Amino acid sequence: MPTSEWAVEVDGLTKNFGSFKAVDRVSFRVGNGEIFGFLGPNGAGKSTVIRMLCGLLRPTAGKAVVCGYDVATEPEQVRLQLGYMSQKFSLYDDLSVEQNIDFFSGVYGVPKALRATRKQDVLRMAGLEARRHQLTRQLSGGWKQRLALGCAIVHEPRVLFLDEPTSGVDPIARRDFWDLIYQLSAAGRTVFVSTHYMDEAEYCHRVALMYHARIIALGAPEQLKRQLGTYGLLHLDSSDLLESMHALEGEPGVRDVAVFGGGLHVTVNDANAAMPGIRHALARKGVEVRRLDAIPPSLEDVFVALIEAEEHRGA
Amino acid sequence: MSFRRTRAMFGKEFRHIVRDPRSLTMALAMPLLMLLLFGYALNLDVDRIPTLVYDADHSATSRELIQRFQGSRYFDIRGFAEDDRAIEQGIDRNTILMGISIPRDYSQRIQAGERANIQILLDGSDSNTASIALGYAESIMGSYAYELRSVGENRSMGLTLNVPIDPRLRVWYNNTLESKNYVVPGLVGVILMIIAALLTSLTVSREFEVGTLEQLLSTPVRASEIVLGKMLAFFLIGAVDALTSILAGIYVFHVPFRGSVPLLAATTCVFLSGAFFMGILVSAVAKSQLLAFQLGVLTSFLPSFLLSGFIYAIENMPQGIQVITRFVPARYFITILKGIFLKGVGLDVLWPEFAFLAGFATLVFFLATRKLSQKLA
Repeated sequence: MPTSEWAVEVDGLTKNFGSFKAVDRVSFRVGNGEIFGFLGPNGAGKSTVIRMLCGLLRPTAGKAVVCGYDVATEPEQVRLQLGYMSQKFSLYDDLSVEQNIDFFSGVYGVPKALRATRKQDVLRMAGLEARRHQLTRQLSGGWKQRLALGCAIVHEPRVLFLDEPTSGVDPIARRDFWDLIYQLSAAGRTVFVSTHYMDEAEYCHRVALMYHARIIALGAPEQLKRQLGTYGLLHLDSSDLLESMHALEGEPGVRDVAVFGGGLHVTVNDANAAMPGIRHALARKGVEVRRLDAIPPSLEDVFVALIEAEEHRGA
Repeated sequence: MSFRRTRAMFGKEFRHIVRDPRSLTMALAMPLLMLLLFGYALNLDVDRIPTLVYDADHSATSRELIQRFQGSRYFDIRGFAEDDRAIEQGIDRNTILMGISIPRDYSQRIQAGERANIQILLDGSDSNTASIALGYAESIMGSYAYELRSVGENRSMGLTLNVPIDPRLRVWYNNTLESKNYVVPGLVGVILMIIAALLTSLTVSREFEVGTLEQLLSTPVRASEIVLGKMLAFFLIGAVDALTSILAGIYVFHVPFRGSVPLLAATTCVFLSGAFFMGILVSAVAKSQLLAFQLGVLTSFLPSFLLSGFIYAIENMPQGIQVITRFVPARYFITILKGIFLKGVGLDVLWPEFAFLAGFATLVFFLATRKLSQKLA
């Protein structure tokens, strides 16, 4: 087994479906034990990249190496190293929880001596011990998702590819699921996860943002926020939201005003420079300012800004 | 090829089958049901032909002729008409298939040593039955006329005339010429082919639709292991089906069994594997479950029913169709079944058919494997 510094190395990876470019010269690396988030709107090409990395699609061009094995030339070696969980939680509905685990343990070639303990581990990790004899069909979305994860790690893969694993699952189940991902990462597994939930992106060690078949940003969430936070963001809490919005629109230095929860998010060119002007404008309208602070932008703010910038560039 | 992974596929697939009681019942009960249905319905024997007689002569001679017909198991005299029109009406209304009309001067002419004509009216809309009935009628009348003449001549010449040729016919392998004896063995082949197609038609297409196929292909399991594992699971059901239909053929339909049991078992296994591989291939080719089902029925039922020599003799087909029948595996299996059941012949005679079945199974196994690995775009 080649030991490699990187769990996943991708260089110039491209996939065309006819004349349609699904993935366009994508390059990145994922370190061992890292939780790598893959973000982007639907149709950006996230799943296509994952499916190429799992050896389910042949790349049109470029190179992808997983655990030191080239995906194009050594797909069988690659498949021994990875666990894959597709968007649909592809389990066998008419088999019980236990039978699904047994089956995947069989097709992954887990040695007979290890099977019982592995199964036990998976059941415990997924919290499915009490439901081991239940038919998979009868499980709720959250349980199915945990079972799918369990089946994908029964052979203790070094890299785990999760393609939108939390879509269609309730928030509590999502949070629990991320706890599992942290456990796996702590145990040294590399987790490659795609999602379109921005809050989930914050949980990742590093994230890549895909847009129109290309990666347009890559880095740790904090780093991206710093790097891309060219505008200031203010949180305003006042006695009259509607009046405040009218007052601030068109005020010099203010780019955008949006309702956010019980207050307003005001995008400005420079947070510190804009604050006195805003207070002044509101006072003139007789609106009482309860709170006005500069806040760090969320990843969502950053990505929306990035995608808008990308669209402007394309236009 | 990994034994462990193949066994995992087999176990999973077998559980799918057992888990679904409806399909399991269908898979196990259908062969018997079809065998009983077809076995009794597909009766190609022509006997007890409903017949109406118009005897205008009303003489001892004419009554004796009628008695010949009554004595034969091939004819069932339904009654006596008062005129020819009643016969026509009977044929029109499908109450009879044949009418015998004996003219008024029949006995007179016979006694005078003249030529006497009898009219036979047949419903030609079923030409096969009509021609067989005509054959029976001609032979009855022929032998009666021959007897009359020899009796007459003997009387006039005062000696016993020997019949010059007296053919003693013996039909081999099915000496009572009962159609069930060749219908039932052929039916076993047709039924197994259809069962194989029905059982397997959804196996890959469903996994493709649900998305589990993609999951499977991301694991180290190989396409050949998937195909083989699936086939073995279906094979267990197919073997039970084969056993029930063969036993039903022997004990319910009393088809004679003259050949070797191990040879029958071996050829059935080879045929079943081929049929199941074929079903898996069809299921892998089709993109949806519905299409897979239709395609499965189309590729199994029609050729094995029509082009296998099961009912319709291949020798009578146009040359082009005869060439096509060479690619129908059921044709070879049915030849083997009839050979083992009725003729009791062994591999020394049946090896070409056996070789074809083995070759077919190997070929479709590779095709199914290739098709499945192509699911990886």
